[in-house]
Amino acid sequence: MGNVYLTIVLAPLIGAIVAGLFGSKIGRRGAHSITISGVAISASLSLWVLSRFIWHEQPVFNDAIYTWMVSDGIRFEIGFLVDKLTVLMMATVSFVSLMVHVYTIGYMADDEHNWPHGALTGKNSYQRFFSYISLFTFSMLMLVMSNNFMQLFFGWEAVGLVSYLLIGFWSTRESAIFANMKAFLVNRVGDFGFILGIAAIGMYFNSMNYAEIFAQASALANTQVAILGGVSLMTLICILLFIGAMGKSAQVPLHVWLPDSMEGPTPISALIHAATMVTAGVFMVARMSPLYELSETALSFVLIIGATTAFFMGLIGLVQNDIKRVVAYSTLSQLGYMVTALGASAYAAGIFHLMTHAFFKALLFLAAGSVIIALHHKQDISQMGGLRKYMPITWLTALFGSLALIGFPGFSGFFSKDAIIEAVGASQIFGSSYASILLTIGVFITALYSFRMYFLVFHGKERMDEHTKHHLHETPWVVTLPLVFLAIPSIFIGWYAIEPMLVNDWFTSGNWMPIVVSHEHDTLHHLREHWHGQADFIQHGVTALPFFLAMSGLGLAAIIWWGVFAWNPRVDEKLQILGDPITKMLQDKYGFDDFNQRIFAGGSRDLGRTLWVTGDQNVIDGAIVNGSARRVAQMAQWTRHLQTGYLYHYAVAMIVGLVGLLTLFVSF
Amino acid sequence: MNDFPLLTLIIWLPILGGIVVLASGDKSPNISKWIALSFALLTFLVSLGLWVGFDSSTAQMQFVERSTWIPTFNVEYYLGVDGISMPLIVLTTFITIFVIVAGWEVIVYKPTQYMAAFLIMNGIMVGVFSALDAILFYVFWEAMLIPMFIIIGIWGGPNRVYATIKFFLYTFFGSVFMLIALIYMYFQSDSFSILDFHSLQLSMTAQVLIFIAFLLAFAVKVPMFPVHTWLPDAHVEAPTGGSVILAAIMLKIGGYGFLRFSMPITPDASASLAWLIIALSLIAIVYIGFVALVQQDMKKLIAYSSIAHMGFVTLGFFIVFNITQNPVLSSGSIMGIEGGMVQMISHGFISGALFLCVGVLYDRVHSREIADYGGVINTMPWFGAFMVFFAMANAGLPGTSGFVGEFMVILATFRADFWWALIAATTLILAAAFTLWMVKRVIFGEVKSEKIAVLKDLNPRETFNLSVLALVVLALGIWPAPLVNVMHETVANLVTQTSICKLPADEIDHCVLMQPKPIAATLHN
Repeated sequence: MGNVYLTIVLAPLIGAIVAGLFGSKIGRRGAHSITISGVAISASLSLWVLSRFIWHEQPVFNDAIYTWMVSDGIRFEIGFLVDKLTVLMMATVSFVSLMVHVYTIGYMADDEHNWPHGALTGKNSYQRFFSYISLFTFSMLMLVMSNNFMQLFFGWEAVGLVSYLLIGFWSTRESAIFANMKAFLVNRVGDFGFILGIAAIGMYFNSMNYAEIFAQASALANTQVAILGGVSLMTLICILLFIGAMGKSAQVPLHVWLPDSMEGPTPISALIHAATMVTAGVFMVARMSPLYELSETALSFVLIIGATTAFFMGLIGLVQNDIKRVVAYSTLSQLGYMVTALGASAYAAGIFHLMTHAFFKALLFLAAGSVIIALHHKQDISQMGGLRKYMPITWLTALFGSLALIGFPGFSGFFSKDAIIEAVGASQIFGSSYASILLTIGVFITALYSFRMYFLVFHGKERMDEHTKHHLHETPWVVTLPLVFLAIPSIFIGWYAIEPMLVNDWFTSGNWMPIVVSHEHDTLHHLREHWHGQADFIQHGVTALPFFLAMSGLGLAAIIWWGVFAWNPRVDEKLQILGDPITKMLQDKYGFDDFNQRIFAGGSRDLGRTLWVTGDQNVIDGAIVNGSARRVAQMAQWTRHLQTGYLYHYAVAMIVGLVGLLTLFVSF
Repeated sequence: MNDFPLLTLIIWLPILGGIVVLASGDKSPNISKWIALSFALLTFLVSLGLWVGFDSSTAQMQFVERSTWIPTFNVEYYLGVDGISMPLIVLTTFITIFVIVAGWEVIVYKPTQYMAAFLIMNGIMVGVFSALDAILFYVFWEAMLIPMFIIIGIWGGPNRVYATIKFFLYTFFGSVFMLIALIYMYFQSDSFSILDFHSLQLSMTAQVLIFIAFLLAFAVKVPMFPVHTWLPDAHVEAPTGGSVILAAIMLKIGGYGFLRFSMPITPDASASLAWLIIALSLIAIVYIGFVALVQQDMKKLIAYSSIAHMGFVTLGFFIVFNITQNPVLSSGSIMGIEGGMVQMISHGFISGALFLCVGVLYDRVHSREIADYGGVINTMPWFGAFMVFFAMANAGLPGTSGFVGEFMVILATFRADFWWALIAATTLILAAAFTLWMVKRVIFGEVKSEKIAVLKDLNPRETFNLSVLALVVLALGIWPAPLVNVMHETVANLVTQTSICKLPADEIDHCVLMQPKPIAATLHN
């Protein structure tokens, strides 16, 4: 199977290299053909491997491809670990990526308009874009298929690099190149923790290999590290690694880069900043469940951060008017749900939500992109409305996506979100009641902002200008087909996957358990024990609080932004004025951006300037280096007076010296 | 093969080449340039013989040549390489090629002398890395200053006189003390062989004084905080080629000196003063990181970035003492030194390439000010791609060689002390910040001015330079094993040496270093 896995990884890489280096030679057609073929190979092989794992008891693969380096007894390798968790990620990543690749043909078709006249960067931008998204697919696959920490970090940073390149894709826009640098730097803050976590693992486990590390984990469970007065080793490792996850999966306070990343073209918002890359942190924590299970402190930390993100970021979604930013805040909030699930040790539920979210959020982003194309790159939802008539496929798929997002019974999001809320409710660790409350109210918020956007975009009066309205029509098939293909799993995948993934121990059975949950943290046991099929689960769901909250959110959204909005289009504005201090706080995004900009960015520059001017220029160069040069010069100036060149001066000096010496000899 | 004087050839071939080029004069500069390039290429090819013939299963000196030079003082012409010096020699001969190519059309004033200076420089630097006799080493060490002095002084920028004097005095100041230390050790051992110095027993006082003398010499070269201020000035004034050699090779000589002299000769003093070097290294990483952030001049920025990166080198070397003295740890010290070595080699490629990139811009716009640029990628997409690549390598992105050394040093430092590792790891943020902010302002954005609007993308010569370097940076990042493997035995041997107490019998009670711990067996593929 090694060759199959290698093919899955390398096919997109080859596509990326060819499209990237020879883009001008092979043209647009060549570039999208080769990259799409590459990703299609990955996707179909991944789905095939997935089917082998489901129906044919495919054995776990854990082997090195090559030895990167050996130093000091630690073997650093590039290798794959393919188990049920990996294969699920592979299938999700490559499938969504394939859809996005196809979609991109339509979205980037007239990209030359996005570049200033004469810019050479705009010449092959289409090909370059395909190259980047294929490169991303390669990196992401390397990340999820890794069998060791070093390669995980490789993939981790590589997806960060591609994300950097893609957020700043339109490199002449100041906002884009600010956003991509911000994204990279904020992620680096996370990686700073991540690499220390890896170093801790290297020190105590003397290995980078997952399997070897997991095997030793329980033996080291009670090890203490002598820093800050003694910390449990597992807590230290898990929190350090999680700081990395906070960067990549945009958790408070390292979430600030994700909304800005919307400066990138929409296909990558769907692929990278919703479906795959941002879920890498969630995947990583699930992968490391054997370690996280050994530290309740770390789990509580994860839980609290996740719940905070889920709730407070969702709130910001209510005041956004940019269609992509609404979806972006929704993504932050949903990532929070996944992370909270991890904190509650419901790793399987977190991964389950990751998967359903990948489909419906990619769908929502692509639908948003479809709207953006139709409106000639206008993104303000207050200038939309009534698009239902013009874009039936986009409308219907977006509706399905929204229903999945709010967890409407039967849709995929319903199963995954209910499972998370139930698991967090069952959790006993510190912070679980806080998390439980926030997640439950969060359901209401989710429904409210999702359907605010939905109604403002697809229903009500058509508020766009006449010129735009005149040109409105459904987007071409390369755009709508991926929408349909993503809508199908958004509706059904929950129904089919919940039983194997959460009930039948798909992840936690067999010789090799991708996810390990200790008995006392098993928050999914209630779900498992009271399982009577999906229909019964839905029946239960519709009598529970989250359902009522979701429905009231939807209902309230319908009343305000559909009903009231019809005769008073300024209701949105008025509501925002009504809740002024809160609106203000939400619009300022709780002040994170200002704070970072002033304290971290500004502070660093001031500090750098101070160190440079006082340290280097004034003290070292001024006082010491040039200062000693000046001393030497002064000394020379002074001693110069001794050499006057007058014979009588020397004669006097000699006589004085002679007398002096004689006196000396005589007296001693 | 063993009797063939390969090292002599690698030292004197380029020097001979330099003389030939000088003799050919400026009448037909094209022929002279081709002669220079041929000698540079030939030297590189010959130096590959070192790599091919190198036996990485031993820590012994290889390709040894030994004959008397000044019998009265027992001075010898004594050459040889091990796993530490060999990669540095190959790096030297390799980088020289790019320097010659980079100066091809750009240097119009006395081009042959320019090329000759670099060829001679090449030979001298190889001499520094391969000399096993202290006086021979010292001669090469000081001789190195002369071509560099000339290169900056003649082909440098407007403020070149200040920069050259500062450069010369700074480095000369340090090396005088080293000479005293070398002579002192000659009187102790009656030999100038560096390997004989390694087996000297020296009292603590002597060790500390020798250590400080070496420190003054090497710290200036590296350069370490606070004796680093000559570097930004020298870089800014130096022509592109000078900057490349300065950053890629000359700084490495300081690091090499620590490994060849300070650590094995004065292990006890090194162990007790390791805290000082570690502190200075960490200051270099953080302090210089912040200073680099606010630089207005691209060359200064890269120069400061070099200082920060070299901080990783010295950090990786000197944490060894903490690790070997910690009874709980069985390994980690080798990784620190190997990490430092990889960092040196990798920095050679990356900083060299970055200075070439700045050179590409400078040749067109005649400015190094960041503020004069903006949106370069719009007119120079290929150049922009290279610049972003090398910037990412400079920020230590995995998959590039810049990651390997940093990763190893952070991993090793964590074993020594959590807080040191924490401070060192800030480079992940700082290096990314100062490099990418520069890239943002120079490469991305809208076309800033008319000058930028008319820029022409890379010519074949520049493309050659940058793509070869990019391939090497990438190759080392994807598969560093070949580089690391040649060092294993030498580094393991060095670690053993640094863990043995070398104090004389009457001071044995003061030994901080214990009897050598068994070094964990190094694994080979």
